[in-house]
Amino acid sequence: MKIGIYPGCSLTGSARDYNESVFALAEAFDIDFVQIPDWNCCGATAAHNLNKELSLALPARILALAEKHGLDEIVVPCAACYSRLVVTQHELKKNPELKNRVCEVLNMDYRGTSAILNVIEWIDKYIIPKLDGKISNPFSHKVACYYGCLLVRPDKVLRYDRAEDPQTMDIVMSKIGATTVEYPFKTECCGAGFSVSNTDIVSKLSGKIIEDAEHRGAEAIIVACPMCHSNLDMRRNDINKYWGRKFNIPVVFITQAIGLAVGLPASKVGLKRHFVEVNIS
Amino acid sequence: MTHQHHNIENNTLAYSIEKNVEVHTQKCYQCGKCSAGCPVAEEMDLPPSMVLRLLQTEEPANEEKVLRSMSIWLCVTCEMCLSRCPMEIDIPSMMDFLRQKSIKEKKVNPKAKKIIAFHKSFLNSIRFTGRLFELGLILDYKRQSLNMTQDITLAPKMISRGKLHIIPDMVRDKTHIANIFKKTRNK
Repeated sequence: MKIGIYPGCSLTGSARDYNESVFALAEAFDIDFVQIPDWNCCGATAAHNLNKELSLALPARILALAEKHGLDEIVVPCAACYSRLVVTQHELKKNPELKNRVCEVLNMDYRGTSAILNVIEWIDKYIIPKLDGKISNPFSHKVACYYGCLLVRPDKVLRYDRAEDPQTMDIVMSKIGATTVEYPFKTECCGAGFSVSNTDIVSKLSGKIIEDAEHRGAEAIIVACPMCHSNLDMRRNDINKYWGRKFNIPVVFITQAIGLAVGLPASKVGLKRHFVEVNIS
Repeated sequence: MTHQHHNIENNTLAYSIEKNVEVHTQKCYQCGKCSAGCPVAEEMDLPPSMVLRLLQTEEPANEEKVLRSMSIWLCVTCEMCLSRCPMEIDIPSMMDFLRQKSIKEKKVNPKAKKIIAFHKSFLNSIRFTGRLFELGLILDYKRQSLNMTQDITLAPKMISRGKLHIIPDMVRDKTHIANIFKKTRNK
């Protein structure tokens, strides 16, 4: 079965581990991913902060390319890219004048017909139904599911999970054998794009998310966004320095946890690339 | 567009916000949920509810305060405020508009320089390659922000984990990307 995929820039670089786990899972479940040919960056925070039209044109090019190549369903594993793509589709649907303007900028047709799936929707639709009998190594750990911002917000546009205390990741994790803790930091911000330009804010906000997960006895924080992962994992030294203590809890992508549960080796799902050692399997 | 509360003067910032991004600042009744839920409110000079209140006054001095504030740059677009606003005021869209306006009118808070340098380096990176080149971004940001020593130990650790491209991953149709940047410049 062929499904379109938009990896986004992070997955080719700092979130290579996430990319490996997404593709390993697809292979294990006989899903044939087709990368959107010649895909570009979605523009991320920088574009929408500095130039509204650019922030719509860049994601629109990606969607127009998907349409051109007949990919009517695309998976977007990065929560930030997912949010930009869905918001763009929504804005251009709402405002035909803006849509015409963007088509003119792109010099391409754009209809806005692609179905955009976030990673959990993809798992729910294509992995969960085929999970029976595949779990050889149940992920029997106590975990905190951290959704971050952009998987669930802006909730009225994404219309995915509920904005307060979402459940979709918790449900997936329980299906592979995990126990999820009550976790009020589920949708608190990790500091997002400030990783480089304002690291102290990231250290403070990400530290709160980590501290509460440890406090609740979680053995791992489960994430579905490369930006959340890099702030909680790659920035751990800065976080520890800022808080004056050493946090040890690992940060695991939900696709890595499922990969382990269906018997994929840790190296195949990118677990050896983390900054904080993942000592659970 | 009909004004739901009162007619705002058309030379005000509140009016431009309404006209450009369809955000009605007058709907705010100062419940404060946005500021209570904002993850960066503690670092802000003006919490989001205060930004709205200042705009409601339609006073040029207050509008100036907003455009020169650090708050508009500290907003991380986490979208928590919009999600919790009982009047569904799209504060994140308003913040995007205010940032662009603040740059256009050369009123950027001096402390926001590093944040803007990062955004500019980011866009520079994708302007030429179509995809983000993280190493290039970091080097360009260091050059722009004169922050040479920051994260100096991080890059080798990323490289050893295979997390940093040495050579950029590029789109094939670079002219297309360059044209998109050209056509959307200064909008």
